[in-house]
Amino acid sequence: MQGTSIPRLAPGMKLREDKARGQWVVLGPERMFVPDEIALEVLRLVDGARSVEAMVDDLAARFAAPREEILADVVALLDDLAAKGVVRA
Amino acid sequence: MTAPAAPLALLAELTHRCPLRCPYCSNPTALTRPGEELDTATWARVFREAAELGCLQVHLSGGEPTARRDIADLVRAAGGAGLYTNLITSGVLTGEAKLAALAEAGLDHVQLSVQDAEPGSADRIGGYRGGHARKLEFARHVQDAGLPLTLNAVVHRQNLDRLPAMIDLALALGAARMEVAHVQYYGWALANRDALLPTRAQLEAATATVEAARRDLKGRLVIDYVVPDYYAKRPKPCMGGWGRQFLAVSPAGRVLPCHAAESLPGFAFPNVRETSLRAAWEESEAFNRFRGTGWMPELCRGCERAEQDWGGCRCQAFALTGDAANTDPACALSPHHAVLSLAVGAAAEAGEGFTYREPQRDVHRVPG
Ligand code: SF4
Ligand code: SF4
Repeated sequence: MQGTSIPRLAPGMKLREDKARGQWVVLGPERMFVPDEIALEVLRLVDGARSVEAMVDDLAARFAAPREEILADVVALLDDLAAKGVVRA
Repeated sequence: MTAPAAPLALLAELTHRCPLRCPYCSNPTALTRPGEELDTATWARVFREAAELGCLQVHLSGGEPTARRDIADLVRAAGGAGLYTNLITSGVLTGEAKLAALAEAGLDHVQLSVQDAEPGSADRIGGYRGGHARKLEFARHVQDAGLPLTLNAVVHRQNLDRLPAMIDLALALGAARMEVAHVQYYGWALANRDALLPTRAQLEAATATVEAARRDLKGRLVIDYVVPDYYAKRPKPCMGGWGRQFLAVSPAGRVLPCHAAESLPGFAFPNVRETSLRAAWEESEAFNRFRGTGWMPELCRGCERAEQDWGGCRCQAFALTGDAANTDPACALSPHHAVLSLAVGAAAEAGEGFTYREPQRDVHRVPG
């Protein structure tokens, strides 16, 4: 992933609220993945239209951290989610 | 007692009908007749109750789930209840139009089984001529419909040598995920164990193949790998523990902690025709009997792995030791562990003939 990549959820993956357990989950075939708070913030911005840069802008406006740092964190997180088959560039 | 934690997934065994006759089928050897199957409205209620109970996913399985004429309605009902819908199918009964109807009904994911990469062998193992070609056609329709696909390869002695070709097939069919599952020996598979158990050399080659493919195909294909118990030192946490994460409903409505549990004697499994899913999950004797660690034999109770593998598989314990409350003999600490190596030895001497899955046919249980 890089700043210009446009990530989307991989086919078959769904982000959904899990009311019974008071959390959000990414559902896929035979796997469930409970994102931590930061991953959830990022995943909520993954819509197949926004670029990574745009996601970082959004996060930078809401969280007090240097933009460069956020970009590095988001890219690392998305790479990790891509390796797990949750998102695609 | 506090209520047990909610289940994550429901396995809905919609029917035992299936045109294929796989000798490793995990269905019980006494198959349910079509006339005993639950109707559409009852399944719809089961899906709603499952979602209310906390299930997030439903696996629509069988038998062959698309043998049900109401399969699209069932998909719609499950999705409408809020469940992620996964269709576990052999693919041979679903043409383009039916698949379009399923996609239209909101199906989330398709899991297609193949018996081999080589058509002649695949058709022989599945006991259905022309089946492999129809599966390939089905996979193309799945791809055209834009539905995500998992290819499921059940592996054993008679197809393991073609595992690399099966992985290539998964890629060629556009699957993003593959399941390589060694046969689990209960139901029909136990009756065919001699013809199916792999050799240690085959197992080691397969494990190396999977590891190399995972490295090479990172980001393209996710491979889940289920290793066989017969060469293991510790058992698998069957179903994540009895009554902890999963529940299954049989074609006739019996609520089970695992799809194989129906063959355990001495159980009165609750039925959705008479009770709610919640009552079955939380209150039934069948679900509570092997829940947690209280039921465990001494050996497991004092073991540090008790809450990791939950003593292994109850069905395997019953099948191989005659008592479902024993430690799974896949555990090297079990006094019965030797039955596994005896079985491996017996299989090495045995031929390749199958007892095919048939309705109304009682196979003799293989003595442990
Ligand atoms: S394992 Fe084979 S026979 Fe059994 S339900 Fe699946 S396709 Fe049918
Ligand atoms: S003794 Fe029981 S709990 Fe311990 S590893 Fe073996 S099966 Fe698991």
